[in-house]
Amino acid sequence: MAKTILAVDDSASIRQMVAFTLKGAGYEVIQAVDGEDALEKANQHTVNLVLTDINMPRMDGLKLLALLRKLSNYKTVPILMLTTESSDDIKAKGRAAGATGWLVKPFDPKRLLEVIAKVIG
Amino acid sequence: MSDDLEQFYEIFFEESSELLADMEACLLRLNVNSPDLEDLNAIFRAAHSIKGGAGTFGFVDITETTHMLESLLDKLRKGELEVRSEMIDAFLKAGDVIKNQLAGHRGEGAADPAEAAMVLDELKKLSDETQLQSNKEPSNTERRADAPIENLRVDESAATVAENKPKYIYCIEFSKSGLNEAALENLFSNLQLLGALEGETRGGGDNLCSLKLATENSEEEIWEALAFVVDPEKLKIESEVSNSIKNALKEEVNQSDASMHYKAKEVLASPGYGFFPGAPAAPREKDSQEITEKPLLQKDTDQRQAAKASTKANAPVTSNETSSIRVSIEKVDQMINLVGELVITQAMLAQTASQFDPIVFEKLHSGMNQLERNTRDLQESVMSIRMMPISFVFSRYPRVVRDLASKLNKRVELKTVGENTELDKGLIEKIADPLTHLVRNSLDHGIEQPENRRAAGKSMQGTITLRAFHQGGSIVIEVSDDGAGLNRAKILAKARERGLSIHDGMTDQEVWQLIFEAGFSTAEAITDVSGRGVGMDVVKRNIQSLGGRIDIESSFGVGTRISIRLPLTLAILDGLSVTAGDQMFIVPLNYIVESLQPTAADIKTVSGNGRLVQVRGEYLPVIALHEIFNLHPNVISVHDGILVILEAEGRKAALFVDDLVGQHQVVIKSLETNYRRVKGVSGATIMGDGKVALILDTTALVMASQQEIV
Repeated sequence: MAKTILAVDDSASIRQMVAFTLKGAGYEVIQAVDGEDALEKANQHTVNLVLTDINMPRMDGLKLLALLRKLSNYKTVPILMLTTESSDDIKAKGRAAGATGWLVKPFDPKRLLEVIAKVIG
Repeated sequence: MSDDLEQFYEIFFEESSELLADMEACLLRLNVNSPDLEDLNAIFRAAHSIKGGAGTFGFVDITETTHMLESLLDKLRKGELEVRSEMIDAFLKAGDVIKNQLAGHRGEGAADPAEAAMVLDELKKLSDETQLQSNKEPSNTERRADAPIENLRVDESAATVAENKPKYIYCIEFSKSGLNEAALENLFSNLQLLGALEGETRGGGDNLCSLKLATENSEEEIWEALAFVVDPEKLKIESEVSNSIKNALKEEVNQSDASMHYKAKEVLASPGYGFFPGAPAAPREKDSQEITEKPLLQKDTDQRQAAKASTKANAPVTSNETSSIRVSIEKVDQMINLVGELVITQAMLAQTASQFDPIVFEKLHSGMNQLERNTRDLQESVMSIRMMPISFVFSRYPRVVRDLASKLNKRVELKTVGENTELDKGLIEKIADPLTHLVRNSLDHGIEQPENRRAAGKSMQGTITLRAFHQGGSIVIEVSDDGAGLNRAKILAKARERGLSIHDGMTDQEVWQLIFEAGFSTAEAITDVSGRGVGMDVVKRNIQSLGGRIDIESSFGVGTRISIRLPLTLAILDGLSVTAGDQMFIVPLNYIVESLQPTAADIKTVSGNGRLVQVRGEYLPVIALHEIFNLHPNVISVHDGILVILEAEGRKAALFVDDLVGQHQVVIKSLETNYRRVKGVSGATIMGDGKVALILDTTALVMASQQEIV
């Protein structure tokens, strides 16, 4: 069965680009527009990997990370965060919140697939 | 890969335009004296999102601009700098530049790199001033006591940093092999420049040298200082935390102890991604890149900021996220056309069905009724797809008013009422320019200078109100101001000068209509704002081409109100069907004042052909429909037929028709695209019986009748 990835980003263009890329590589993709939306969808579906933006309205990626890790079925699911700049303190915060790793935005589709393959490939 | 990306360009462009509009709205709303943190965050987020997209899609110029914007905004929202009005101006300008850059990438005109460079410069300057400002910020506590509360937070964090200098303590280990005394000496003095150095600086005979360095520099800088001297493979830097902080952050330390060391390779070339060792599901690769992390003290401040952020997050935030899909307008239009056809087919069926006996064919009739209801519902919901709130247009005016008011040294407040009133997307696009013109006119000609306003006993700040509402089947958009009002004498004088036909007995309504004449301007000085006299006539033409009308009410010294009345949509029209001879015509309902059957005594014949009818004390020209289209009427004398009183552009006329048939919603078909332009006809429609009926161009008819009389 195809692996399911939850892609969280408030920017529709990035989200769809990610979804398109991932779908092309055979993954199932669930899209969410912000942390709250993502949390809801994470509860409804079984997800193999979460890919989340950090800076989002309503609920940001860091809070989403922390809340996801509190859910019993998301304790070990890989969560990658997309950060716009390779900002160290964002990474530190992400790590503290339970992120698996990080990917710098902008990225090209190849890089995205490469990183995801490393995690759930 | 870039081919794959291209299909997302359009989404990115649209999204960015929306973000820019949001950003502008927030900027204009922002109170410089007490900026709302939510707004600042929203503005930052907009810039940030655009930057992210632009980076992904490779629009370097946009990335550059948004990056500058973002970094300055970041300082603002973190309270490192106070908001000033120059910044708002700079942000607005940057927004414009980004808009142009977007248009450039879209292939609609080219962005001006010089302009972009100028804005970048300005933002940089503002950002640098920040630097100066925060450097000047006293780190002692003297000033803090009497500083205003908003500043307290800034001072505090600055002080925390100051008190805890040096920020970081690193354990540095490297191999001395291959290094001579002089090189070591040099290395140590380099390190001492960075901070306080302790440990076995001279070391013993063993090859390993381990040091402790207390510094405020980052690990990278130490790397740079050492990597050229020491073999990077044999160098290890670990950050250590002083005891007091360790206690405070014991938990943190336990969590991240394991990952606190660098490998030389990764510092020099960041891969753009990485995994946290030991984190859930992190791949265990020997060669995996590890996170570049800042020492713990940084986390302390981060945590506090995070805590601050989370209290913010608890505050009520209004979400404007709605689930929607984007569909190309062609698809929607095609659907509207199809529904239009369906309505016609349904009407035809209904007409056929009506010939069947209602009792024998009861089921057919109830089915037809059901079909009619469903068709109407379908039509309404399909039409509503094209509907957009007028706020899409209104939202651009705060900026227009702000810019113009400051240019003219006027004080103006813009009020908008009924922003949620919906109208057809096609109308929205076409109404924007005429409305802009009206708003600018109001500001330039209507609102007086503050001194004049005070002298006239008004508040120094003028008000321009934009109002939209539904009335019957049309939408009314008003632009009103509390300015000087139109000057009747001046307009008449100007009209006389231009040789327009006028007389002193003209009603105000007629005088106001003069300003819609081409080339008419009463402005004494021609400014780049308005006064070139191209405008009001164009405005009027635009409105008329949309099937709308424009009216002016004005009171000298009190203000002016210009109202635009538009049909709800461009595709469907409420009309009255009338007959002349064996032909059926549609008269747009919003031009009809009343219909009446005149008595013979009301009809006056003047100078041969012209006929007038007296209606409620007014003499109106009679337009005989059958004469215009050369038909053989069933009714010859006016008092046997029916007069439909039309009003267009403040003038009235009576349309003489054989009979009234009924009121319909008709689907407008363009006559020009299907046949050719016909004078006196604005379009055509297909009636229920499949016959074509022409839609009358009421305005043209009324105007033609006026000329005949004069």
